Amino acid sequence: MQIKFAIEGGDFATAGCASSQVKKLLKQLNIDPSDIKKIVVALYEAEVNIVAHAYRGTITVQIDPQKIIIVLDDEGPGIADINLAMQEGYSTATSKVREMGFGAGMGLSNIKKNSDELNIESIVGKGTKLTITKFFATS
Amino acid sequence: MKVCDLVNKLNLQVYAGEKGLSREITGGYTSDLLSDVMGNAEQGEIWVTLQTHKNTMAIASLKDLAAIVLVKGNQPEADTAKMSNEEEIPILGTTLSSFEITGRIFEALKL
Repeated sequence: MQIKFAIEGGDFATAGCASSQVKKLLKQLNIDPSDIKKIVVALYEAEVNIVAHAYRGTITVQIDPQKIIIVLDDEGPGIADINLAMQEGYSTATSKVREMGFGAGMGLSNIKKNSDELNIESIVGKGTKLTITKFFATS
Repeated sequence: MKVCDLVNKLNLQVYAGEKGLSREITGGYTSDLLSDVMGNAEQGEIWVTLQTHKNTMAIASLKDLAAIVLVKGNQPEADTAKMSNEEEIPILGTTLSSFEITGRIFEALKL
């Protein structure tokens, strides 16, 4: 099963909508609640990253019996130093975004902690592609 | 303890989400950093914050939190209140600071 979402940069009013829909879908599919919790945290952070940093992007969610693969592909400034961006506390968010309580430099580490695999490809001035994989608990 | 019991006990305002007042509170989390709450709050907790915008409600819904408590007399923005009603997750309020209300909630939940 595959679903796709379009995300607009700067549109904080709808940030979290894709995460909410994926959460509902995973519940309907009877995925283990502890897996759903982790997937929701990782997806929400990645969704907000597009809203906070990029111009626009797409989220493609592929759900298989054993795993979920989420690809977030954005057109945006890209990440110059991925290792630095992965450090907790490091952020390039604007002051407006920080005033909202975002931009604490915890997003990418939250994604890493709550996924099984995280792959980041980025080209400065072009965009960033995140691939998040989470395997479902076997019952 | 249910959200409505805490409202009565601590004399909290109810701004929105009345239908969720029977939610059970399992604990609490106090933070104004959204990723901190996203990463560390647990299902059923009551969230104390000064943030009033709609993204707080997105997080409360995604994390299945029991309620949000706005501090220092802050009130929810209109779209935040609307989402609170839709999600049936109450937004409460107090004139106290985060420090004071967190202490009182902590004591109330211990009983």
